[in-house]
Amino acid sequence: MKNSGRKGSSFSSVSLSPLLWPLVALGLILLFNFIFTAGFFQVRLQDGHLYGSVVDILTRSSPVMLLSLGMTLVIATGGVDLSVGAITAIAGAIAAVSLQSSGLTGSGGVALPLAIALPLLASIACGLWNGFLVAFLGVQPIVATLVLMVAGRGIAQLITHGQIISISNSAYHFIGGGYFLGFPFSVTLVIGVLAVVIGFSRKTAMGLFIEAVGNNPVASRYAGVNTVGVKLLVYAVSGLCAGLAGLVISSDISAADVNNSGLYLELDAILAVVIGGTVLSGGRFQLMGSIIGALIIQALATTINTRGVPVQLTLVIKAMVVLAVCLLQSPSFRARFRQSTKPRLPRITGAEGVTLKAQSDSGPSGSGGL
Amino acid sequence: MARLPKLQTQFIPILATLATFLLLGLMGSLRYTGFLSPGVFLNLVDDNAFLGIAAIGMTFVILSGGIDLSVGSVIGLTSIVSATLVEKHHVPPGVVIPLVLALGTLLGAGMGALIRFFELAPFLVTLAGMFLARGIALMISLESIQLTNPFYQAVSAFRVPLGGALGLPANGLVFLGVLGFGIYLASYTRFGRNTYALGGSDSSALLMGLPVGRTKIGVYALSGFCSALAGVVYTFYTSSGNASAAGGLELDAIAAVVIGGTLLSGGSGYILGTWLGVLILGMIQTAISFENTLSSWWTKIIIGGLLFAFIVIQRSVIRPSSKTA
Amino acid sequence: MNSIASVLLQMNGIQKSFPGVLALDQVNFALRPGEIHTLMGENGAGKSTLIKVLTGVYPVDSGEIILHGNRIEPRSPADAQRAGISTVYQEVNLIPSLSVAENIFLGRQPFRKGLLSPFKILDWAAMKSGAEAALLRLDLRLDVTLRLDSHSIAVQQMVAIARALDVSAQVLILDEPTSSLDVDEVKQLFQVMRRLRDQGLGILFVSHFLDQVYEISDRITILRNGKLIGTYKASELPRMELIAKMMGKELADFESAAMAAPRRVTGADLPQAEVERSPKTLLKVQGLGKLGSLAPVHLEMKKGETLGLAGLLGSGRSELARLLFGIDRADEGRIELSGSQQSEGLSLSSPRDAVQAGFALIPEDRKTQGIFPDLSIRENLILAFQAKKGWFKTLDLKAQYALVEHYIKAIGIVAASPEQAIKTLSGGNQQKVILARWLASQPQLLILDEPTRGIDVGAKAEIQKLIVSLCQQGMAVLFISSELEEVVRVSERVVVLKDHRKIGELKGTEISEHAIMNAIASHSDPELAAAGTSATGASGGGGS
Repeated sequence: MKNSGRKGSSFSSVSLSPLLWPLVALGLILLFNFIFTAGFFQVRLQDGHLYGSVVDILTRSSPVMLLSLGMTLVIATGGVDLSVGAITAIAGAIAAVSLQSSGLTGSGGVALPLAIALPLLASIACGLWNGFLVAFLGVQPIVATLVLMVAGRGIAQLITHGQIISISNSAYHFIGGGYFLGFPFSVTLVIGVLAVVIGFSRKTAMGLFIEAVGNNPVASRYAGVNTVGVKLLVYAVSGLCAGLAGLVISSDISAADVNNSGLYLELDAILAVVIGGTVLSGGRFQLMGSIIGALIIQALATTINTRGVPVQLTLVIKAMVVLAVCLLQSPSFRARFRQSTKPRLPRITGAEGVTLKAQSDSGPSGSGGL
Repeated sequence: MARLPKLQTQFIPILATLATFLLLGLMGSLRYTGFLSPGVFLNLVDDNAFLGIAAIGMTFVILSGGIDLSVGSVIGLTSIVSATLVEKHHVPPGVVIPLVLALGTLLGAGMGALIRFFELAPFLVTLAGMFLARGIALMISLESIQLTNPFYQAVSAFRVPLGGALGLPANGLVFLGVLGFGIYLASYTRFGRNTYALGGSDSSALLMGLPVGRTKIGVYALSGFCSALAGVVYTFYTSSGNASAAGGLELDAIAAVVIGGTLLSGGSGYILGTWLGVLILGMIQTAISFENTLSSWWTKIIIGGLLFAFIVIQRSVIRPSSKTA
Repeated sequence: MNSIASVLLQMNGIQKSFPGVLALDQVNFALRPGEIHTLMGENGAGKSTLIKVLTGVYPVDSGEIILHGNRIEPRSPADAQRAGISTVYQEVNLIPSLSVAENIFLGRQPFRKGLLSPFKILDWAAMKSGAEAALLRLDLRLDVTLRLDSHSIAVQQMVAIARALDVSAQVLILDEPTSSLDVDEVKQLFQVMRRLRDQGLGILFVSHFLDQVYEISDRITILRNGKLIGTYKASELPRMELIAKMMGKELADFESAAMAAPRRVTGADLPQAEVERSPKTLLKVQGLGKLGSLAPVHLEMKKGETLGLAGLLGSGRSELARLLFGIDRADEGRIELSGSQQSEGLSLSSPRDAVQAGFALIPEDRKTQGIFPDLSIRENLILAFQAKKGWFKTLDLKAQYALVEHYIKAIGIVAASPEQAIKTLSGGNQQKVILARWLASQPQLLILDEPTRGIDVGAKAEIQKLIVSLCQQGMAVLFISSELEEVVRVSERVVVLKDHRKIGELKGTEISEHAIMNAIASHSDPELAAAGTSATGASGGGGS
C-alpha cells in the first residue's frame, strides 16, 4: 500500500506491488467471462435491488471475505486459525437459539440486538481461547486452533441439540439477505468491517506491531512490543470476524445448520489470504489482497458454474491455485529460475548473515543424491 | 530440582494414552454391561479400521515434523476409483487394488517431493493435495457406486474364526497387519529411525549425514499408501465407492495421533499409541451410543477436550528438554 | 613433538569469500596426529568458516585439503565424516529425543543376524552393547537406553564424540565444546581429549577460554579477519602476545602506546567529555547474576557516563546485557534506578519492562535480533518509541516522517527514501537506524552490544562519535565491544569480564588496551588452574 517507494526491487519479484498479481488474476477471470459468458456483467435493478453474476460473486464470497480479514491479521503474526469455520457454526447456533420463540425467555426470544451481541461475544471468547493457547502456552497455532476446530462444531450441536434451527426473524434475515442502498447488506457489512479493520490496523500502531511480530518475533520482543498482547488480539479479531460470518451464513439461509455452516471455509479463508499476497510465514499483510483473494476463489467457482463445467472441477483448480501461489512464494523455487540472472544471496552483506543463509541452503544440497 | 525421574518424561504422553484407554474401558464396563466384551472390542477394531490405517500413516508424517491434510480425500479417491474400475469397466480387483495403492503412494510421494525440493509448507501442499484428490474423485462420480463384485462381497463376509460366534473381519485383520508393519517400520528399520531423527531435529539429522530428503519424501509416500489402503478397506467395509467418503477424516486421524501420545512437533511417539488413540476415539463413540441420554455431539466435544489435555501434557514434556537443546 | 612429526591434515592456501566478504584469505593450517591444536580468533576471524570448509558445509574457492597425503574435497558433513573428519559442536548436533545408543548408531545401525537377516531388522541389543563399548573408550559408563536430553550437555558432547570416533574419525573437531560446561565437566572433557590425543587422533579445538586453551593445547593457530596470523607452540606463546595477536596488535606497538598518553584524551575526532559535571548516580546493580550465565556482578553508572564492558568473546558481556534488559531473568541481585519509585529495585521480567523503565538495548546480532528486514526504515525507526507509547497513541504519519527525517540527518543515515525496506541498506546504515530507534524512545540508559560489528570504518567512527555526544546530553551508555581500541576510546570507565565474571574495573587514565589485556591475562580461574596442573601431570608425555 505504501510500498510504492521501494527502490531497487527487480521486475521479476512479486514486490512490484503486492496487489498486482491478485488483481491480474481476478482481471483474467473477469476478462474470460466478459468474452465467453454472455451477460456476465449484466446488472439488473429490480425492486431497488441489484442482481447479476457480479453481485452474486460479491454476495457469495462475503463470508469468506469476513473470515479472511481476521485470518490475514493472524497469518501476519506468523500464525493460522483453523477454528474459524467451527466458530461460524457456534455463532449461528447461539443466534438461532436466542431468537427461538421457545428459547431462553420463552416469550418470542430475546431482542434482536442481544441475539446479535451474544454470538459475537461468544466468538470473541473463542478467539481469546485460541490466543491464550498460542500466546501464553506457546502451542503451535495449527495445533492450538485444531482443538476448537474439532470441539467447536460439537459445541454448536450441543447448543442447537443437533437440529437445524430455522430463524423466522425477518430483521435478522436482513444481515445475510437484505439490501442496503441497493447493495446486498452482507457486502456492505464486509466493506464496513474492512474499513474498521484497515482503520484499526493502519491508523493505529497495531498494524505495525502485527507486522513486526510476524517479521521478527525476537526483535519485536527486544523492541518492547507486547508480543503476547498482539497475538491475543489478532486471534480475538479473527474470532469476531468468524462470528460475523456465522451471522451472515445463518441469516442467509434463515437457519442455523451447525453441521454445514462454515465447513471447510477456514481453508478458503487461508487460501484467500495467501492468494492476496500475505505470506504464510508472517510479516507484511494485505487486507485488500485477501478480499481480492476471496473474490478470485468465488469468481472461479461462479465461472465454472455458469460455464456448465462440473462444479467438482473447482476443487481441482483450487489445488492448482494453492500450488502455484506456494511455488511463486517459495524462495528456493524462485532461485532455481533466477540463478543465472541474479546473485544467489542478494541482500546479505555481513559475514554472520552468510553463515546463516548458507547453512540453510546446504539443507537440500547436503543430502542431495540420496 | 524436584522433578520426576528423567526416565519418565518421554513416556508421559504414551502413559497418559494408556491410562485414558484403561480408564475409558473401566468406566464403560462399570456403567454398561457388555462394554468390554470381545465382540464389542472386535467391532471397535473393525469399525475404525480405515481411520486407524490412515492414522498410522499420519503418525509417520507427524513424527517427521510434518502434517498431511490429504488423507481423507485420498480415501474418497481410491474408493471411487476402485468402484468405478471394478463395476463400470470390469477390471479384476486383483489389478485394481495394486493400482489404487500405487496411485495413493505416488500422490503422497509427489507432495513429499514438492515439500522437500521447494521447501514448501506441508500444510499448504497437502491442502492442495486434499483439494486435488477430492476434486478428481467427485469428477469421476458424484454418486456412490455399489460394489457387487464377488471378491468384495467375499472379503466383506470373511471372518477369522476366534472360537464361538466371534470372528475377526478382514478389515480388522488388515488394520492389525498395518499396525504390525508400522511398528516394524518405525522401530526396526533405518527409515523409521531416520523419521524420528528428522522430527527431533532436521538440521542435526543433516549434519549426522542421514538421508533427510529421501526420508521426507518417503514419509509422505507412506502416508499416501496408507490412505489408499484405508480407501480399499473402506470399499470392503461399505461395499461401495464414494467420492465424498471420509470427509474431514484427517482431523480424526490427527486427533488419534495426538491422543496416542505422539508429539505434534515431531520426533517422539509410538505407532502403538496411535492404535490406542484410534481405539479411544472409537470407545468414546461406543460409550456415547450406549448412553442414551448423551447425544452424538458430545463425541466431538470430548475429543476436543482430550486434544487440549494432551497438548498441555506435551507442552510440559517439551519444555524441559528444549532448554538443553 | 619433534619437527619431523608427520602431518595428518594439511590445508593449503584456503580461500573462501561470500558476497561482499572475504571470509578466508590464503589460510594454511596443519594438524599432526596426536596433537590438540587450538584455533583462536575474535568474531569474524574466520574460525567457523574454516571449520565449515573442512567439514564440507562450504566448498572452497581455491586451495586444497590434504588428509593422509590424499587430497579430499568433502561436499557435505557426511562426506567429511566418511573421509575421517568428524565435528562436535557446542550446540550438540544430535537428536535430543532419541536414546544415547541410537544417537551413536543413527544411519549406520546394525541389523539382526541369523534367520531374520533378510528382513533387515535393526539389532537393538547390538546397538546397546556397541554404544556402551564406544563410550567406554572415553571411560564413560551410562545407561545408553535413556533419552539423550536426559543427560547433561557435557555427557551429550561425550556421546557426540563417541559417535564421531565410532564412525572412525582421524580428525576430531571440537567447536567451542566447553562454552556451556561447568568446571568439573570441562575437566572430564579434557581427560577424554588427552586420552584420544594419546591414541593418535588429531584434535582441532576451538575455545574462547584462555585458561582452558593454555591447559589443553599443544599448538595454537590464530586467525584474524580471515587471515592467518600464525601457528605457535602453546608453551612458547605468552598470553599477552596471544591476546595482542588476536586483537591485531603487535605487542611492541602496545608497550610503546601504553607509555604514551592514554588515547582517549588524544582522540581528536571525539569531542571531549566535560570534566566532572557532579554526575548523579543513575543505576546501581547489586549482585546481578544467573546460574550458568553470569557470576553476580556489581555495577554503578552515573548519568552521562560511558561504561565500557571489555572481555574476550564468551566472557559474559552479552549475558550481562541480557540480564540488564530483562531478556533473561536473573536468579539473584537487584537493579536500582534513581528516580524510580520502587524502593525494592526494578523487577525486569521482560524487555518491555526495561523499555518502560527507560532502558534501551542494541543487540549483538543485528540480523536476527535487531532489524525487521521487510519493514521500512520509518517503521524500524519508530517501533520502540511507538511500543513505549502503546498502540493506541499512534504517531501520525507527519510526526513519523519528522522523526525519521530528523534522525536521518542527525545520524547520517544514507537511504533513498524512508519507505525503503531496511534489508536493502548496508550494515552500517541498518545499525544507525536501530540506534535511531532507541534514541527516539529517549532512554536513560543505552546498552550497546557490539554496535560497530560488521560495519565499515567510516560508519564506525561516526557511531563512536555519536555515543560520546549522547553521553554529553546526559544519557548513560553501557558499551560492549570486542575491539579494545574502541572500548578505550569511548569509555570513561571500563569493567573487565572474564569467564563469566567481573574481574576488574579501570577508570580515567588507567584505561588502556594494555591494562585491559593485562587484567584478562593475569587473572586466572583458581579452580581450573589447580585442576589443570594435576591433570596435565597425569598424562605426562602425551603430546609426543
